[in-house]
Amino acid sequence: MSGAWIIRGARPMGGNPTDLYVDNGEIVDSAPNGAEVVDAAGLIALPGLVDLHTHLREPGREDAETVETGTLAAALGGFTAVHAMANTEPVADVAGVVEQVWRLGVEAGHCDVRPVGAVTVGLAGEQLAELGAMADSAARVRVFSDDGKCVHDPLLMRRALEYVKAFDGVVAQHAQDPRLTESAQMNEGVNSGRLGLAGWPAVAEEAIIARDCLLAAHVGSRVHFCHVSTAGSVEIVRWAKRKGWNVTAEVTPHHLLLTDDLVASYDPVFKVNPPLRTTEDVEALREALADGTIDAVATDHAPHALEDKETEWSAAAFGMTGLETALSVVAAAMVDTGLLDWAGVADRMSVRPARIGRVSTHGQPLLPGAPANIVLVDPAARWTVDPAQTASRSRNTPYAGRELPARVVATFLRGTPTVLDGKAT
Amino acid sequence: MTTLPRHLLSAADLGRDEALLVLDTAEELARLADRPIKKLPTLRGRTVVNLFFEDSTRTRTSFEVAAKRLSADVINFSAKGSSVSKGESLKDTALTLEAMGADAVVCRHGASGAPHRLANWIRGSVVNAGDGTHEHPTQALLDAFTMRNRLGRIDELRVVIVGDVLHSRVARSNVLLLSTLGAEVTLVAPPTLLPVGVDTWPCAVSYELDEVLPKSDVVMMLRVQRERMYGGFFPTTREYSRRYGLDARRMASLPDDAIVMHPGPMNRGVEIAAEVADSVRSTIVEQVANGVSVRMAVLYLLLGGAFIESVEAAA
Repeated sequence: MSGAWIIRGARPMGGNPTDLYVDNGEIVDSAPNGAEVVDAAGLIALPGLVDLHTHLREPGREDAETVETGTLAAALGGFTAVHAMANTEPVADVAGVVEQVWRLGVEAGHCDVRPVGAVTVGLAGEQLAELGAMADSAARVRVFSDDGKCVHDPLLMRRALEYVKAFDGVVAQHAQDPRLTESAQMNEGVNSGRLGLAGWPAVAEEAIIARDCLLAAHVGSRVHFCHVSTAGSVEIVRWAKRKGWNVTAEVTPHHLLLTDDLVASYDPVFKVNPPLRTTEDVEALREALADGTIDAVATDHAPHALEDKETEWSAAAFGMTGLETALSVVAAAMVDTGLLDWAGVADRMSVRPARIGRVSTHGQPLLPGAPANIVLVDPAARWTVDPAQTASRSRNTPYAGRELPARVVATFLRGTPTVLDGKAT
Repeated sequence: MTTLPRHLLSAADLGRDEALLVLDTAEELARLADRPIKKLPTLRGRTVVNLFFEDSTRTRTSFEVAAKRLSADVINFSAKGSSVSKGESLKDTALTLEAMGADAVVCRHGASGAPHRLANWIRGSVVNAGDGTHEHPTQALLDAFTMRNRLGRIDELRVVIVGDVLHSRVARSNVLLLSTLGAEVTLVAPPTLLPVGVDTWPCAVSYELDEVLPKSDVVMMLRVQRERMYGGFFPTTREYSRRYGLDARRMASLPDDAIVMHPGPMNRGVEIAAEVADSVRSTIVEQVANGVSVRMAVLYLLLGGAFIESVEAAA
């Protein structure tokens, strides 16, 4: 592939059609010599998407996903940077592991991999991991999370929030009170009572979010909340932001579209942490994403091997894949409903997540001088999700057979296409 | 003509007509028990698998006797332990049974919804014989059968179900079935043992057993599981027993013809006093006998077909 491109007739952020010029990995202001032309008539150009929350499973569960397959799925989904969560085997709690993951990302070349470092050793919630060493490593870690587990000890959380200030890091909290969710299987409500599955109360998430907002304010740190899933969490984050506190939050695509009514099938493809909630929660999350209370959409892409999902509900693993469907689900939940325009989608899926993760080369405006991280989207396309057709090594998508709007046509990473005509290059 | 759906996974799978068909068929089949030869040739050549992931000698035996009285071949497949931690997965077990040509699989499993999953993987009928804390539809059918036998009707019967509703598959199935059949169900439990959302169930809820008993035709006592006793759901077993146990004094406040039921196994002295369990109001032994008739009816209707006009004709 040459490094020079003319993207003809694209609509940046959904605005008026124009030509974008790419040369040497950057957006430039005039057509470069010898450029290849991409006909982008009718397509929307957005800055490459940035995912704050991806499980790439390597090292440890390469049967479910690898950095190679996961980042390929990411590119096909329009992402140019993903944050790889720390709950691998071994856990990404030392510089060696985060550097390994980062290097695998560079070698794969499908999108930038920003490793997330564990907050505590082994995700055990007892002792701070060497956060500084991970920050100083080649991986330049800025986001720290015990995702999958909550940093539930309030004193340890306070220390983590304080400590990462030294290198402008952020703690991304998986808000789940462990005692209130012992053996919990699904959202606690009418459906859990009827289905006889142990309930996962909203308060288990909200109590931790409230506590950590107060802690972050007290020590003057920033805090980020992973996958907020309840109307109550939205209210607390809104309140904390109104106070001027440095609080950010993400929501997953599936929490914007799916509800716990789906659990009635007992099909574990709908089993996820935090659990699918109610229609009222979905509406509150959409509204909060629209008004900016929730800063970002993050996939929580959680691939699992078939045998970990083809079981009875309670034995199944938590999690859903999401990289390849995220933009379409957001289009269905937010754009088709008139809650967000495409500029809003760019803000919530690229600009703000890049800012939260301190990924300076992503989430930039599509203007000359910016790195050419670009995704082209066909807003008129509709497609049906087929788990067998995904680039992810795992098949646990909750959207199988569902028709979704909008399709990623091309993705450029620093001027090099990773996806063209909807296919990996 | 009324027929049953392919599987019996939930009491909600049965409408009023289907539920009455099971009860009427069971009534006809119960007459077999009085004959010297208790066997019908109806399911000869059909295979019924008892797939029990949890120990339950009484339920398994009940299904086994029911299937054998209908001349079915019975395979007992005991598969204790969770699928992922050790041994074969539920799916592989299902495929194995499928290969053996099971016409019906009677499934008891510790995980709610396991029979629903099983139904996706096999062609035969699946009967839920108790799944986790979800449902136990044949227990509800035998309970309804017992009520109708003793009291002559189910419509407008006032039924109170007492105890650990939160974890009870018996309570869930009974609420669904009895409301379908027109009974007025009241659940009585400490608030810690009632599920969130119980206010949306087709029943009333109370915390006060003494208020409810004088207005009850049927009292169904639920077993208090040992792990609840130490799970912080109530302070002590003694306090539970005092507030929610059925003793002779409380039994005396019942209307004269009211009956006392228990799905078993009982904790005598905890949820039910020995003199209550052994009283003339108690239907506990009848429930066991009725369990066989009802399970025969379920297997017969799922595998055999239409209503039996009479046992003599079927034989």
